[in-house]
Amino acid sequence: MMKRIAFPLLLALTSALPATEIREFQDPAKQATYETLIKDLRCLVCQNQSLADSDADLAKDLRTEVYNIIQEGKNGEEAVKFLTDRYGDFVLYRPPVKPITYLLWLGPFAALLGGGWFLWQQARRRSVGSRADELTAEERQRLERLKAKIEG
Amino acid sequence: MRMRFLLPLGIFLILVVFLGIGLRLDPREVPSPFIGKPAPVFSLPQVADPSQTFGSTNLKGQVSLFNVWASWCVSCREEHPFLMELAKAKLVPIYGLNYKDERDAALGWLQQFGNPYLTSAFDADGRVGINWGVYGVPETFVIDKLGVIRHKQTGPITQQVWMETLFPLIQKLQAEEVGA
Repeated sequence: MMKRIAFPLLLALTSALPATEIREFQDPAKQATYETLIKDLRCLVCQNQSLADSDADLAKDLRTEVYNIIQEGKNGEEAVKFLTDRYGDFVLYRPPVKPITYLLWLGPFAALLGGGWFLWQQARRRSVGSRADELTAEERQRLERLKAKIEG
Repeated sequence: MRMRFLLPLGIFLILVVFLGIGLRLDPREVPSPFIGKPAPVFSLPQVADPSQTFGSTNLKGQVSLFNVWASWCVSCREEHPFLMELAKAKLVPIYGLNYKDERDAALGWLQQFGNPYLTSAFDADGRVGINWGVYGVPETFVIDKLGVIRHKQTGPITQQVWMETLFPLIQKLQAEEVGA
């Protein structure tokens, strides 16, 4: 019985282990700052992974830098500044709003507005089109006059 | 009526242009925040002689190339013959930053393949590399007479990169008058 569950249990346990080294802080607040930070920072070597996920050598070194900064009692922003000063905004998964990223931040809203305007135009044209079949008051009067002429 | 056909075609063409540009971009090319800024300050022991130092002050006074390399780096070996040629041509001094390497391995590498560097600094733990924003060796910085970083080449210097980008830039920088 033990044998039968031992292997799946082992599998479940190993898959739950982080791929990278474990770093511990005395202060749980610092620990939390560190854990969130490395999840929000991007590794430059494996560009689709965060610092927390990446097994790259550089990611490990950068985790050490972040660890030391937090351990020194500095806040998360200072750790982020350390990295952006050296590697640029590329390390951020959430790029800051500045002129060069306006398109990135505002683009989706602009597209939504543009699409909404397009749909509204289409809908209006269609309703105008159906009303075009009807006669205006003036045309109706003219029709009546013509009818009267023919019949009379 | 014609609009009904032209509009989707127009949107399609715009998409093609954007995707075409996207295909040509190299995602590994991360713009360096150091361009136009003074070289980060450092002082490290030299590879050849640990009692001597090499630092950012040595990168002032002339246009130079600062090449980050390591004996474990495969692309560096690919780049190496071209650096040797450059060193022979003496167009610009080349300094090295030996990044996260072992001294014996580095010295062996230079002995086996030749040494294009006037001096190489020994950055064993890679902290100077991090301060320079190094993320993928080989990387090469073009530094002007004032010690300001003017360009960064990520990946090996090839004949094409040299002819199209680095050499024209170096010539321009060498012609710059340094006032005060």
